[in-house]
Amino acid sequence: MLLLTNLIGFSAVYASWKVADRVKEFFSLLLILITGVMGTFLTTDLFIFFMFYEVVVIPIYLLVIMFGSSKRVTKEYAGMKLTIYLLIGSAFLLVALVALFVKSKAILGFPTMDMFTLASADFPIGFQIFEFVLMALGFGTLLSMFPFHAWSPDGYAGAPTAVSMIHAGVLKKIGGYGLIRIGLMILPGGAAYVAPIIAVLALGNVVYAAFICLSQKDLKYIVGYSSVSHMGYVLIGIAALNLISINGAIIMMFAHGVMAALFFAMIGNLYEKSHTRNVDDFGGLAHQMPRLATGFMIAGLASLGLPGMVNFIGEFTIFVGAFGTYKVLTILAVSGIIFTALYILRTLGAVLFGPRRPEWDHLQDLKGVEMVPLLVLGAAILIGGIAPFTLMDLINLGVGDLVAQLGSLQIGGMF
Amino acid sequence: MFAWSLELAWLIVLLPFAAFALIGLFLHRWPRLSAYLSILAIGLSFGLSVLVAAHVFLGGMQETFEVSMRWLAMPGLNVDMGLLIDGLTAVMLIVVTSVALLVQIYSWGYMHGDPGFSSYYAYQSVFAGAMLGLVLANNFGQLFVFWELVGLASYLLIGFWFGRHSAKNAAVKAFITNRVGDFGLLLGILFLQIIFGTLNFSGLAAEVAGYTNTAILIVVSILLLAGPIGKSAQFPLHVWLPDAMEGPTPVSALIHAATMVAAGVYLIARAFFIFSATPEVMMLIAVIGGFTALFAATIALVQNDIKRILAYSTLSQLGYMVMAMGIGAMTAGMFHLMTHAFFKSLLFLAAGSVIHAIAGEQDIWKMGRLKDKMPITTWTFVIGALALAGIPPLSGFWSKDEILLGAFAGGYTGLYLLGTLVAFMTAFYMFRLIFVVFFGSGKGVEKAHESPPVMTIPLIILAVMAVIAGFVGSPLMDYAFARFVTYPGAVHYEASTMVIAISSLVAIAGIGLAWAIYQKEWINHLQMRERFSGIYTLLYNKYYIDELYHWLGQRFVYGTAKALFWFDIYVVNGLVNGLAALTGGAGKVLRYTETGQVQTYAAYMLAGVIVIVGLVVLAGFALLI
Repeated sequence: MLLLTNLIGFSAVYASWKVADRVKEFFSLLLILITGVMGTFLTTDLFIFFMFYEVVVIPIYLLVIMFGSSKRVTKEYAGMKLTIYLLIGSAFLLVALVALFVKSKAILGFPTMDMFTLASADFPIGFQIFEFVLMALGFGTLLSMFPFHAWSPDGYAGAPTAVSMIHAGVLKKIGGYGLIRIGLMILPGGAAYVAPIIAVLALGNVVYAAFICLSQKDLKYIVGYSSVSHMGYVLIGIAALNLISINGAIIMMFAHGVMAALFFAMIGNLYEKSHTRNVDDFGGLAHQMPRLATGFMIAGLASLGLPGMVNFIGEFTIFVGAFGTYKVLTILAVSGIIFTALYILRTLGAVLFGPRRPEWDHLQDLKGVEMVPLLVLGAAILIGGIAPFTLMDLINLGVGDLVAQLGSLQIGGMF
Repeated sequence: MFAWSLELAWLIVLLPFAAFALIGLFLHRWPRLSAYLSILAIGLSFGLSVLVAAHVFLGGMQETFEVSMRWLAMPGLNVDMGLLIDGLTAVMLIVVTSVALLVQIYSWGYMHGDPGFSSYYAYQSVFAGAMLGLVLANNFGQLFVFWELVGLASYLLIGFWFGRHSAKNAAVKAFITNRVGDFGLLLGILFLQIIFGTLNFSGLAAEVAGYTNTAILIVVSILLLAGPIGKSAQFPLHVWLPDAMEGPTPVSALIHAATMVAAGVYLIARAFFIFSATPEVMMLIAVIGGFTALFAATIALVQNDIKRILAYSTLSQLGYMVMAMGIGAMTAGMFHLMTHAFFKSLLFLAAGSVIHAIAGEQDIWKMGRLKDKMPITTWTFVIGALALAGIPPLSGFWSKDEILLGAFAGGYTGLYLLGTLVAFMTAFYMFRLIFVVFFGSGKGVEKAHESPPVMTIPLIILAVMAVIAGFVGSPLMDYAFARFVTYPGAVHYEASTMVIAISSLVAIAGIGLAWAIYQKEWINHLQMRERFSGIYTLLYNKYYIDELYHWLGQRFVYGTAKALFWFDIYVVNGLVNGLAALTGGAGKVLRYTETGQVQTYAAYMLAGVIVIVGLVVLAGFALLI
């Protein structure tokens, strides 16, 4: 019951802000997409989970190639790349699930796909490791784990605003969710072996992607790579396998979801009006568009983990949790806060501040319905950041049981 | 006495934040109302702070007062939001709220007519709230939260005139430099949480006392120290503070002179129980502080921008405070923090009055003879400078003397001599500024005028404070300050006539030299500049440290960024595209086999059958043999 409460609460938090996303003429595809995401979060059956997950991929492909935009890469390439990556990821997942199904017959006497039944089964350790590697590959691709992240920046850049928002905001989180709920819950033994590897790769995410952000000029690429970088924190949180770090990873997923969605909403709005996303084309936009600038600032400051924003809670919690397990890795990961601040502030500075540029005088500031993403997502960021106990209570309910499963495991040490 | 005021102390933090929220959400179209609200909020905070301080100092409060509420809680990690009130907190409350109140009133005149008037007051309120939250914090988690928030306020206010490239860049530089320090601070906090399982100051104090692993303590202390080095702009993270002068002058007075930059010193005082546990780290603190004091003073000797001279002077004085912490004279350091807050904010506001009067000019050589046009500004500035130079009996004299005494009596002779040298330089560069700007033989500025009362009255009040604030820590009042603001391990010495005499003489000598060169012009300063052009250029360019950092940044950070992007596009991505090409290529080759003719397929089938039969036969033979 606790788990169920947590599940619904967890999904509800997501759902509450998805409503705010601007839906346009591709309404129906988008709804299928949302349904798919909701389905994966709500189900307790692995088969249904997988089915919904596949449901998600197809509309994304269509949305990208039909409504996307071509810049550095064409939208067809972006859509193709995104879809193929995700499908390959899901192929690993399918193998893992089928193997689990077959093996459960040997262990439990009857084959099952129910998560909780599987969680109670005691799989041999070799099998667990094999399974967890497959899942880490499958979910890791979805979570843009280094070096399987290449779809993410191109895909986001090609995708239309709403898809980028949902994709970075929620869809990616299925990876983290799956890794926690399916990976850790059913295969705690395997997780203990594979986690250190994930943690090392995650460090690749955090630092490597943050550096790449520094050299980017296209706003969507910056946010794309920055989301790869932030997923590194989530992965480290998961890989540290303790209550604090997993709590942190969950908060971080929520936080990054809202933040990335706000970022993409602002970029989309700006692109729609100015037809460019190149940082160097802009400058001093805060003169013409103070509200848009506010949105950018909130998203940016959240992104660099400023206290008062929900992202800080996630980062801080992950760091505390992971520090107990991986000393050196965490120290290196914490350095991410410097580089993130560097690329975010440089970008914000280049786009929003500086002398007024008359060629953008015709741009209209956000008004009416355009304000909705800013208000809703901005409020979510701030409320979560100022009063984290509201979120924590919800998450604590579910994670406690999960960690009890991991309880006796010893990991890390060498890092 | 006012015990009930402690129960209301949380309002001190909340009121400015509430003002910020109201201005941000509803009032940004009404600039006057925004300003009134902001001033009202900080005024009430000030009133409450006075009551709290009265209770602490006069009411004879014995124990520290502490309350907290759950903020972020899970098994194994608790971060509370709380209040901790003792003598140290009370002093900081008074300093922050009084200076903030005066600066906000002054800003009414200074910022009048600025299109961002409402935002300005909103940011000021954020700053006040965050700074007060920081000084009231009862644990490291809360302290870090507000520590970052004051950094945000500083970023927003430095970049307030965001239309200027220089302001934008200065704001980013300030934030990033501070982040480097915060990186260390955060790691230090993580260590504390992991080792001791708590972040609460009193809890930690008890734990650290019984902790014996010195190596770990040294590591933790050095990591924690990185925070104050960034925030209090100590060498080598000092580069952001002079650039921060791009912000409006009242902001420089409040944030970059009186309060926020002192937060680092405050942190060392608050966590004194950790730092004082390891003599090695204390020595490091003292050396960093002493070096910064000297280093910044030498740069201040040759700068031409009125605000930059004051900025380097601030760096130098912060160095003094940090040095005091390092030699264990924690009380003296906090005392100097308090007096410095009053006289330095006075100096900045008076400088702002000058800049305001002559249409934004900041080069001292373009000013001159302002004393006739702006008497109040001139004389309040002189009082501030005298206090800074350490002329008895002004406030700076008492506090600076306490630090020098601590160094002398504590046996740190090198630091004592260094401090005395810095005192001489301080007197010299301040009076160089005064003679050039206010007196001097310059032709003066025609259109200069005295500022309106809304600006001059805060100046007068601060001038009074700059004169009298020192008495609370002087032998005349039996070192009242030291009785309330002290921790175990902090040293305190009886005044020494010799130290007093030497430091006063040195200050007078510095003023005299400045008078001789810049007022009487007995020595031609331009010739001096020619003769020592090498040193002059080095100092004028701030030892080229900014250039060095810039070069390193471009070379390594952006170089790495470009290289990694190339790697990502051509290697990581290339592999994937390569795989795709391979699949495509294989498809192309295989396509030739699909001819669509039944005969061909039949031939393939036959070939397949032959192969299989052949294999079976071979296998059969293999088994037989």
